[in-house]
Amino acid sequence: MAEIIRNGALHADDWEVLRLAEGQDAATVEVEHGRWIVPLAVWQAQREHLAARAEAGVLGVWLAGSDDPAQLADDLVRLQLVAVDFPKFADGRGYSIATLLRARLGYGGELRAIGNVLRDQFFFYLRCGFDVIQPQPGKYSAAQLQAALASLADFSEPYQGAVDRAEPLFRRVRREVRA
Amino acid sequence: MYKYDEYDQRIVDERVAQFRDQTRRYLAGELSDDEFRPLRLQNGLYIQRHAPMLRVAIPYGNLRAAQLRKLAHIARTYDRGYAHFTTRQNVQFNWPKLEDVPEILAELATVQMHAIQTSGSCIRNVTSDPFAGVAGDEHIDPRPWGEIVRQWSTFHPEFAFLPRKFKIAVNGAAEDRAVIQAHDIGLDLKHDAAGRIGFRVLVGGGLGRTPIIGEEIAAFVPWQHILSYCEAILRVYNLHGRRDNLYKARIKILVKALGIEEFRRQVDAEFAHLKDGPATLTEAEVARVAQHFDDPEYAELPAADAGFAARKAENKPFAAWAKRNVRAHKRAGYASVVLSLKPTGVAPGDISAEQLERVAELAERYSFGEVRVTHEQNLVLADVRQADLFELWQQVRDARLATPNIGLLTDIISCPGGDFCNLANAKSIPIANAIQARFDDLDYLFDIGEIELNISGCMNACGHHHVGHIGVLGVDKNGEEWYQVTIGGSQGNHTALGKVIGPSFAAHEMPDVVESLISVYLELRHADERFIDTVRRVGAEPFKTRVYAERAARLEDERKVVNG
Ligand code: HEM
Ligand code: SF4
Repeated sequence: MAEIIRNGALHADDWEVLRLAEGQDAATVEVEHGRWIVPLAVWQAQREHLAARAEAGVLGVWLAGSDDPAQLADDLVRLQLVAVDFPKFADGRGYSIATLLRARLGYGGELRAIGNVLRDQFFFYLRCGFDVIQPQPGKYSAAQLQAALASLADFSEPYQGAVDRAEPLFRRVRREVRA
Repeated sequence: MYKYDEYDQRIVDERVAQFRDQTRRYLAGELSDDEFRPLRLQNGLYIQRHAPMLRVAIPYGNLRAAQLRKLAHIARTYDRGYAHFTTRQNVQFNWPKLEDVPEILAELATVQMHAIQTSGSCIRNVTSDPFAGVAGDEHIDPRPWGEIVRQWSTFHPEFAFLPRKFKIAVNGAAEDRAVIQAHDIGLDLKHDAAGRIGFRVLVGGGLGRTPIIGEEIAAFVPWQHILSYCEAILRVYNLHGRRDNLYKARIKILVKALGIEEFRRQVDAEFAHLKDGPATLTEAEVARVAQHFDDPEYAELPAADAGFAARKAENKPFAAWAKRNVRAHKRAGYASVVLSLKPTGVAPGDISAEQLERVAELAERYSFGEVRVTHEQNLVLADVRQADLFELWQQVRDARLATPNIGLLTDIISCPGGDFCNLANAKSIPIANAIQARFDDLDYLFDIGEIELNISGCMNACGHHHVGHIGVLGVDKNGEEWYQVTIGGSQGNHTALGKVIGPSFAAHEMPDVVESLISVYLELRHADERFIDTVRRVGAEPFKTRVYAERAARLEDERKVVNG
């Protein structure tokens, strides 16, 4: 079982991420029993028979950096879990995708950062609206993850608004004017 | 200038703690080199040829005396006693130890400084006009806007991992002194017909491997919306900028690929959602920031100081300095003084710890305790009384900061090049020094007049060679260092990219090549024409012809010597 971060604490978690292997077809790949997060292509190709599992909360969909989150717009009411993949930790498209899902498309369910997610970015993920962070299994020891929890609060009063705190600092607090 | 409040201070303090922990984990082997790289880069820490290089932010080029003293202390304690000012108004230390960097950042934080986002694929330190607030041609002071952009971009969570670095510059005067056309976003402050403040926005400029001049994306964005508008640009770029090829990842490539109309359409679509959202600026916030830049308490003085004029008449070296290094000021009786970091034989932009301290002292005594950094790698005392100029000059001269060459041939912009930089094809500093040595005669230098010579050690263009009137670019030819020469580039309102004159040259030829170019200019110039004006009028041909003819003659002489 993987360890994930949710609401500032570690949790054991049994969701698995389905990634299409070379030659596998989104339309025909079989989504086995259990909790799966499937690629957007699989969801789109097999929506009819996956919809019930999504509504039951045992199937989620993940977006790649090149996917337009608006493609999920009509599905967001029934999806309880959407994930965004970070193919490389330095590929920052996922931050904009998460922001759009939350702020533009009004998605209120669970939003997970998956893939190459690094602890030094956890703070940014949360600010962009992710509520669950799922590092690759084995990437961090339990002790390291525990230490990482502390870094979620690296910056206590960020300047700009984002998904977590929509208002920028100048709207949140009264900044003193020089005497 | 801007002073931190408790929130600003907390953010830099928290950054120090964060980076201390990251460095500890790296040194303990918990973070791989690859994982640590973007973290250290976002703190301005490069690994270069000899040692790490630490780049410290100087937001829009503003410094206080206490900050200069801290830089001097850092240079002495953690480096080899000097620092280097860059073309992006930042300051670099070339020899710190990685283990010491958290401590250096902690020291910087005590004087309201940091190295946040001075490198890496994020929004970089915002740059501006070094004469902001004092220039006569200014319509709106860009500094408050620089600060507002700085705060908004600091740790912006959505834009911390862009396809590539992202540079924003702000200008607010008739003359562009912030190179806004060569930035990812150039913000040009202006009034609309109704007198409201806003920005003409340029996008997609940049130098580097593929130099491109920025295009106008919006003719006028009202000030309230400027952050939302920048956010829209950055979101389109973050989602669609290329990530497959480092060399094609800058926003300029995206803008070129889509075309400015399509790019604008996408930005406008995004902006439509963001406009009037929480990022909308308030009058209170702008006023809060702007008051930090209120005029200092100027004295009421006569427009021209009689003593200053008399001194110039009787003292030729002082007059030369006043002519080149002193600029008009918007206030009667005041002037701005440029301190030259370009004496012959010193790496352009280098300054010793002792000099930093002297400048701090002089700033306190003569210029309200503040200093500006120019992208030409010099320093400015912006608010000096004309009556103090002579006394100031004597002290600046003692500190070896009074070379009267601002805007002249020896005021060379140069990157660190092969002496320091891993990416270099060729050295830059020795070329700069050789050219300075050749043109050391002041009368000759003054006769040649205004000219900009810029040198980069490779196509990354850290030395802005594309926009130099004469540009010099280090190239690699079969493992040897050669130099390609361009002419006709320029910065400012008439930004243009120089054109290559022909095959490249060996290092030892460079002073001769410059000499040939200058001789053509001296022969062909009309009265009041600068080098660049002559190049524009007559074209590159006469220059090319002369350079290569004289080169052939030199080679012939060398051959004769060898054979004779
Ligand atoms: C070890 C030191 C340095 C390294 C490794 C380095 C690296 C680079 C690279 C790779 C680029 C090209 C980026 C691109 O086109 O996307 C670049 C551009 C640039 N760098 Fe540096 N640099 C160094 C030092 C400096 C210094 C000392 C300065 C200032 C004197 C500087 C100022 C610039 C500027 C102005 C550009 C052009 C920006 C543009 O394309 O718009 N760099 N640098
Ligand atoms: S232009 Fe090239 S050689 Fe010069 S500092 Fe930049 S990367 Fe290094």
